[in-house]
Amino acid sequence: MPTLFGSGIKRREDPRLITGRATYTDDVKLPGLIYLAILRSPYAHAKLGKVDTKAAKAAPGVLAVYAGADITDRVVPVPCAWNVPNCNLKTPPHPLLAHQKVRYVGDGVAMVIAESRAAARDALDLIEVDYEPLKAVTDPERACQQGAPQLHADVPNNLAFTWVVAGGNADEAFAKAEAKVSLRIVQQRLLPTAMEPRAAVASYNAGTGQLTLWATSQNPHIHRFLCSVMLKIPEHRVRVIAPEVGGGFGSKIPCYADEVLACLASMDLGRPVKWTEDRSENYKATIHGRDHVEYVEMCGTRDGKITGLRTRVYAGLGGYASTAAPGVPTILHGLMYSGAYTIPNIHGTVHGVYTTATPVDAYRGAGRPEATYLIERLVDTLAREIGMDPVEVRRKNFIPKDAFPYTVATGLTYDSGNYHGTLDKALGMLDYGAFRAEQEKARQQGRYLGVGVSSYAEICGLGPSQVAGAVGFGGGLYDSAVVRVYPTGMVRVYIGTKPHGQGEETTFAQIVADEFGYPVESVEIVHGDTESTPQGWGTYGSRTTAVGGTAVKLAAQRVKEKAKKVAAHLLEANEADLEWKDDAWVVRGSPDKRKSFAEAALMANVAWNLPAGVEPGLEATAFFDPTNFVYPFGTHLCTVEVNPETGQVTVLRYIAVDDCGPPINPMIVEGQVHGGVIQGIGEALQEMAVYDAEGQLLTGTMMDYAVPKASQMPKIETAHTVTPSPVNPLGVKGVGETGTIASVAAVVNAVCDALAPLGIKHIDKPLTPARVWAAIQQAKGNGGGR
Amino acid sequence: MKRTVSLSVNGATRTAEVEPRALLAHVLRDDLDLTGTHIGCDTSQCGACTVLIDGRAVKSCTMLAVQAEGCQITTIEGLATNGNLHPLQQAFWEKHGLQCGFCTPGMIMTAVDLLAQNSNPSEGEIRHAIEGNYCRCTGYQNIVAAIQAAAATLRGATPARAAS
Repeated sequence: MPTLFGSGIKRREDPRLITGRATYTDDVKLPGLIYLAILRSPYAHAKLGKVDTKAAKAAPGVLAVYAGADITDRVVPVPCAWNVPNCNLKTPPHPLLAHQKVRYVGDGVAMVIAESRAAARDALDLIEVDYEPLKAVTDPERACQQGAPQLHADVPNNLAFTWVVAGGNADEAFAKAEAKVSLRIVQQRLLPTAMEPRAAVASYNAGTGQLTLWATSQNPHIHRFLCSVMLKIPEHRVRVIAPEVGGGFGSKIPCYADEVLACLASMDLGRPVKWTEDRSENYKATIHGRDHVEYVEMCGTRDGKITGLRTRVYAGLGGYASTAAPGVPTILHGLMYSGAYTIPNIHGTVHGVYTTATPVDAYRGAGRPEATYLIERLVDTLAREIGMDPVEVRRKNFIPKDAFPYTVATGLTYDSGNYHGTLDKALGMLDYGAFRAEQEKARQQGRYLGVGVSSYAEICGLGPSQVAGAVGFGGGLYDSAVVRVYPTGMVRVYIGTKPHGQGEETTFAQIVADEFGYPVESVEIVHGDTESTPQGWGTYGSRTTAVGGTAVKLAAQRVKEKAKKVAAHLLEANEADLEWKDDAWVVRGSPDKRKSFAEAALMANVAWNLPAGVEPGLEATAFFDPTNFVYPFGTHLCTVEVNPETGQVTVLRYIAVDDCGPPINPMIVEGQVHGGVIQGIGEALQEMAVYDAEGQLLTGTMMDYAVPKASQMPKIETAHTVTPSPVNPLGVKGVGETGTIASVAAVVNAVCDALAPLGIKHIDKPLTPARVWAAIQQAKGNGGGR
Repeated sequence: MKRTVSLSVNGATRTAEVEPRALLAHVLRDDLDLTGTHIGCDTSQCGACTVLIDGRAVKSCTMLAVQAEGCQITTIEGLATNGNLHPLQQAFWEKHGLQCGFCTPGMIMTAVDLLAQNSNPSEGEIRHAIEGNYCRCTGYQNIVAAIQAAAATLRGATPARAAS
């Protein structure tokens, strides 16, 4: 019987989504529903004076108005949940509504609850707030210099932490090196822009003391825990339901003040409360991504052996430390400084810096795109310095495939890999030699073609809980599944992860159906409701399949082991004499003596005739805690043409060769790569959150922030190699973030390669026509530089 | 001051008491419970709220509900007929043209209009036609493939039926 594992079957979540029958949080309606709106600071940094809510309270339809002072004693500030050790981390409290001071445009100041959405919004305009504006600073490098405006009284120079990673002896390597290169790199702020804005519906029943929260969450169990902490109510009285979630990309990991304020309002007013942000609010009040200023260096031999890497990074955190923020530029970034290479000497210093801007947290790739980008930019820069083909430098420094498991200088142990394999495949798809010849010919005609290579290894499948604890993550990182078999043999699987577009209702059903010899239709995957699902840690860090999928597999195996005992009993045979064939156990040598899984499931559920010592029922729970992370890898190639007159970059071809272990559903894997790559191309070419000198977000609406459009984006050519991971029994790695991790460097390397004849070494992303044109003018001595 | 609007939605007449300033998108969702139409921005960029007004794709956040009186409105809920998916719905499913699904209803409605205007669009024409509909998940590639597949189905469907 062919297995479902490896088959690109259609997604099972799609029928409701293509017919408008899905339920997202803002679609939830309850009797007596009232609406919450939040007043947000128009200043980046200001002392907060009197907040006068009198007129708002008197407005038609308004039920209640609160300012920060009204709730400060009743709630716990929004906690930072990743307290990275050994870096002197300071995480000053983030009040649910600002108290005494506001620290970014969008910081919540007051809230209104009213009978209608419009009435609540209208009443915000009636709240009078005294602000005493202070100086703003949104650049993380400037924010930690002497004399910069101070955000928090107890955080000198706005320095939230200084974290160091070291392996080997980088200073000695640089002192002895034959070749050295350095770059100053800005990794601009990005707006995650999940298409569904955040929303919450909170319903508190004073009679039972139960709070139910529907929320746009990637991790409802984390929301449950954090809600209970912030509201000071017992965790078992909180139920969080993340229904259909319209994308997250990390921005729906945190439990924000807004969701908790909706809960508080419902508890006070005894009615269900809905809050939905609009896009402009989303851009100010939902986390941003990236925001690094980096000084990076690489050294090596003249024949291309990389011997050292050093960094000094200023990572902007925004006004407060968001949920996972300290872990992103450190654990998920600095520990990945070896990339796909055997770099023996590494030293990195990462300064986390508070700025008067929206908090920064995990955004697709979270630290690894930044690491890959700086490494891959340096490899190209070094290659050019020593006059070697950048492909050859990569080949020379790859961790060889027979060296795995391989421990890099930062201390991580990579599980498995074949980096030459993905590189060779990508080069073959492009015909690298032919492109170089075409490029040479074009250069003679005054045209600028370039090819960018990006070879990456990334860390995902987060992760062993013991490691999570050691690096200060405020939770576990195992995951869970309950497989429940009904009397008719139909199966429901309750999972602790929370798919929100990645298709696990299909891929996890493929895993379970294979186990039982079932068609995929016999298995339903249930997620998102803490009432029915076992404790889990959600969907981020490309962990859902490697960790949660394995839990599903293990729970299904446990169910099958029990069903086998029942089948053996019914067949009056020894278990040892049974063999599994298609969908049934058959007594070896007697092919007509068979019991299907469904028959055994029926007997287990009715319990009329069970073997001695076997309990009735057929379900099992599994919690899987991996022994290591998993490390997907690959090579992406991008070819571009740059118009020297306009600075316009045209992507000619984009080739992605990834290895995420065996794909459960190749169609879904390819879709993940497409989306990730386009997000990375957006980062490379057009996306940037811009603040002015006063800390106003200039890209505060979708009119101003350059989300990639269909007409702007190229076609992606995908291919895969398959190197299983030894870390889990499925052999799978993650693929949700690889596209974003790889593509940014591929595009920028291609543009810098195209412009090499002009002597241009580096242009900071996003490579907008204006920036590229300016760099060309400067290189030509026309004074058009920034 | 609220006023009564009478709207023809998915073939049925629906009435609602709305403020004159109420956007069609909000009235469809909040008053008529047609929550398949989504709202992803407040500046008419994202296209998640796209519906058909008299057969043409319109971002329902760009129109007041009171302006839609007398128009024929089709939302995603009204696209399948007699329980059969529209060829575009089928093609989005077949080609993996969606991930989180939030942009999908608007994307499909825009594509319905495109294929009504142009039964055999090129890839470039498709990408241009949907540039007012943002998708953050798919990278658009499979959406383009889905629209191409649906176009082929729609082109082939009529003669095939006529022949049989």
